[in-house]
Amino acid sequence: MTTTTERKLTIQKAIAEAIGLEMESDDSVFAMGEDIGVYGGIFGATEGLLDRFGPERIMDTPISETGFIGAAVGAAVNGLRPIAELMFVDFFGVCMDQIYNNMAKIHYFSGGNIKVPMVLMTAAGGGYSDAGQHSQTLWGTFAHLPGMKVVVPATAYDAKGLMTAAIRDDNPVLYIFHKGVLGLGWMTNNPRATGPVPADAYEVPIGKASIARTGEDLTIVTVGLSVHRALDAAETLDDEGISAEVIDLRSLVPLDREGILASVGKTGRLMVVDEDYHSYGMSGEVITTVVEGAWGALTRPPVRVTTPDIPIPYSRPLEQWALPSVDRIVAAAEQLASA
Amino acid sequence: MSIPNDHLVDMYETMVKIRRFEERIREMYFEDKLPAFDIAAGLVPGEMHLSAGQEPVAVGVRPHLRPGDAITATHRPHHIAIAQGVDLDKMTAEIFGRKTGLGHGKGGHMHLFSAEPNFGCSGIIAEGIPVACGAALAFKRRDSGNVALSFFGEGAANQGAFHESLNLAALWELPVVFICEDNGYAISVPKSMSTAIPDNSDRASAYGIPGVLVPNNDPVAVYEVAGEAIGRARSGGGPSLIEVKTDRLWGHFEGDADLYRDATYKEAMTARDPLTTFGRQLVDEGVLDEATIADITERMHGEVEAAIEFALASPYPDGADALDHVFA
Repeated sequence: MTTTTERKLTIQKAIAEAIGLEMESDDSVFAMGEDIGVYGGIFGATEGLLDRFGPERIMDTPISETGFIGAAVGAAVNGLRPIAELMFVDFFGVCMDQIYNNMAKIHYFSGGNIKVPMVLMTAAGGGYSDAGQHSQTLWGTFAHLPGMKVVVPATAYDAKGLMTAAIRDDNPVLYIFHKGVLGLGWMTNNPRATGPVPADAYEVPIGKASIARTGEDLTIVTVGLSVHRALDAAETLDDEGISAEVIDLRSLVPLDREGILASVGKTGRLMVVDEDYHSYGMSGEVITTVVEGAWGALTRPPVRVTTPDIPIPYSRPLEQWALPSVDRIVAAAEQLASA
Repeated sequence: MSIPNDHLVDMYETMVKIRRFEERIREMYFEDKLPAFDIAAGLVPGEMHLSAGQEPVAVGVRPHLRPGDAITATHRPHHIAIAQGVDLDKMTAEIFGRKTGLGHGKGGHMHLFSAEPNFGCSGIIAEGIPVACGAALAFKRRDSGNVALSFFGEGAANQGAFHESLNLAALWELPVVFICEDNGYAISVPKSMSTAIPDNSDRASAYGIPGVLVPNNDPVAVYEVAGEAIGRARSGGGPSLIEVKTDRLWGHFEGDADLYRDATYKEAMTARDPLTTFGRQLVDEGVLDEATIADITERMHGEVEAAIEFALASPYPDGADALDHVFA
């Protein structure tokens, strides 16, 4: 290996690098979406790729999400490996049929005879006052629907490796990146958004959680930007003598239930932090997993820190109140650890 | 008109096969659902959308197809699948929900998928139109010389997916042909109540592509128009839109009381039944004689019966097989 792990990249650059490497090594890989060409993607996921691969393989599309996501499905069925970008996950409302009725079902309907190897990548998350149609995470909505993998990276290393794995996967993979971890120049970023990334291509397996921080007293299961919120909270808790383990799921589908159970088996206390809506979502699924699989290990009822069941509000105090914050995580952990 | 006789005969044979298939599915569909109609009962449960009367749209395209050409079809897919040559045994088995079916019983009659020939369909109106654009994009990228064809009803031409797809196909000069089967009714709603203009073929001009109307349910006319459009697409000339005025002889689905079309309308449809009309035309032109027609009929009916026997002899999947094939 000639790679150096000392080189640091933002998540945004790590994603673009993964796509570029796969496009170099496999000419069936191409990308399509709104503003992914000259602009390089509104969130930079295809930065620099138009110059290297040209407009045939870095395709700017009209604002026709049904049209081009459906076309990505057709191209995938016919031997290409498309990466389609849905600019904001919130825009799924204009194209969900192609995603959940078509992309996610063809392999099943065909009895395994037709594969749909495509990546649908999309930006998610709030915290910057973009209001309720540009700030949702919605991963629980997609994870609820069978037939697509759902990936949410939280570190630059994982972002690159998961994108590589997603492109090489023979299944449709929804790759959701949280805007708050990308390392964009125009948005406040968590310092951990920049991290060491090997220069060569590598895969991070989809479906395996990572232990972002080991701890003994309680387990925080989370994903995306909330991994960093949880890590920040864990530092504060550490000062208070509470040792929190942070599990970064990395993917909602498949869900690493064994990884969750192993951690809770050790700590006996579970908190789920999810920027997605409170009810009927990831937090409920993780808690149910533990109730079903490690009931006896639980020493306290599980708790969750989530976005309440409201549309994401615009005004700064409203939104900041609604989203999971480090303070809310710390407060909930103190309670959870106290008994 | 200069259609080789073997194409005419092939088209007629395929029409006979399609019609027989639809008639037999219809018979078997009702066999154990009556007297009290229960959609969940019997050999063929669920909704069933049959294509009797729409055969010309499918068989007119058939002689122009090459291996690898992609077709996306609709909730009413049998005529097109048969015309493209989808394995009839496996297709019938799928409709019967058997383990040997195209999708091992996962899809049923609205979700038939085949790799070779390259066929797919969908129960969602207009869902397959963008997919055909993607297939065409793949063909263009690979310079394969293949074309993609998307069949859809006149009701689908009011979906956003139709308009987005025509724009994409024209913009990217894709080798795709859009074929609108105008059977006059979107379930019960007549085209005059759903569509602002009489002919969807006129909508092609909004996207700067050729749009051609086939004003009658004539397989030869479809052959000619489709041949030109497919040839243009194959040679890099970009997409086309074709609308064929066709007839759905039966209800939207089996069990449909079909009260929205009056007796006069139905009698007129029966009088212009394309199977009868085309057979008579071929006899008049000396392409076929009565004896040959009888022979074709026997052979095609035999193929349909063989497929039904295959499907009937096939086992059902085990319930827990439902868990397979969610992921590759």
